[in-house]
Amino acid sequence: MSSEWPLWEVFVRARNGLAHKHVGSVHAADARMAIEAARDTYTRRMEGVSLWVVPSAAITASDPAEAGALFEPAADKIYRHPTFYSIPEHIKNI
Amino acid sequence: MYTTELNDKGRKSSLAPVVAEDPALLAAFEARVSADDFIEPKDWMPEAYRKTLVRQISQHAHSEIVGMLPEGNWITRAPSLRRKAVLLAKVQDEGGHGLYLYAAAETLGTSREDMIEALHSGRAKYSTIFNYPTLTWADIGAIGWLVDGAAIMNQVPLQRASYGPYARAMVRICKEESFHQRQGYEIMMTLAAGTTEQKRMAQDALDRWWWPSLMMFGPPDDNSPNSAQSMRWRIKRETNDQIRQRFVDVTVPQADAIGLRVPDPALAWNETRESYDFGEIDWDEFYAVVRGEGPVAKERMSARVKAWTDGAWVREAASTHAAKRDVRAAAE
Repeated sequence: MSSEWPLWEVFVRARNGLAHKHVGSVHAADARMAIEAARDTYTRRMEGVSLWVVPSAAITASDPAEAGALFEPAADKIYRHPTFYSIPEHIKNI
Repeated sequence: MYTTELNDKGRKSSLAPVVAEDPALLAAFEARVSADDFIEPKDWMPEAYRKTLVRQISQHAHSEIVGMLPEGNWITRAPSLRRKAVLLAKVQDEGGHGLYLYAAAETLGTSREDMIEALHSGRAKYSTIFNYPTLTWADIGAIGWLVDGAAIMNQVPLQRASYGPYARAMVRICKEESFHQRQGYEIMMTLAAGTTEQKRMAQDALDRWWWPSLMMFGPPDDNSPNSAQSMRWRIKRETNDQIRQRFVDVTVPQADAIGLRVPDPALAWNETRESYDFGEIDWDEFYAVVRGEGPVAKERMSARVKAWTDGAWVREAASTHAAKRDVRAAAE
């Protein structure tokens, strides 16, 4: 019998003002059950004030094999960083 | 609650790469791991690494789940409301730890169903310690103090394990585990300071749990065939004997402090090593328990299987309900 409940990814907002952060996953038949399971599994010690659950199957991830092509070019563009520019010391920074 | 590799004795290293790996990918992987980089789920990894991790993490998960049984056994008989609330919270934590670990193992491509089936069919191992019975309330103290203490010592280094999801699960688990150890020691402390009969109970629990606790660290280093590879891959960070020694050095003074005696006539402080020397562990007993001959091994597994079977209708009803609601929502 392969009727395993689907997998959900769980995100917790630790406190208002912070973004939701991925903490793990749970199996549940539906979204409401996923919220309840996530509550019991990941917030037993006041770890959060808000939960998101997302079906794992709905997440598209970048391919680590393409990480070079995706992220490397950023290293070539050092002019995107403020330290690329030399400004005389006596000029005040904004 | 705890992990170590539990291969049956005699089944020598079966982890020699069966698949011929691409040498360039393998070299890059080894370099990343030895530089303490983390490996994440979708990254390339050698098959043997994946297999070893699935086995190690799922064994660990099973240990957490089976570990609920010896303690759950005492929830209704806890001596006070405070102890009962604490024990309930601890047992719930163990269930949570099992779930973090199952989820981490699933990122390696195994399924929850497969792992549960492997546990129930006896194909998968779990910590030998849970195949010993909890006979008195003092056993709950001894388990928290010694078993969770041993688990902490074993798990702290694994927070730096090379596999990201495993390391992150370990961080959460370690954070929660220290209350388990402290509540156990507090139970022992209370009993040891109580009536003669209570003190006798505490000593009896220590007598029965000491040696099985030392066995939790796994076979001695010279009989731990996969250790070297696991250390190189950073999925084991210290050897079994190193952690075992540290455990003895920390717990012996804790026993002394509450007037309990560690049941080992060979135990002696070694000035030169600045460590305790201790007696020979009965490895025959250890391997027998690994093979499934522990005193309550059958009872534990039948309790697990019963819980799983009895819960089947709930799982099916929830799936049916969810499917029905999906259909209804689609029709609207």
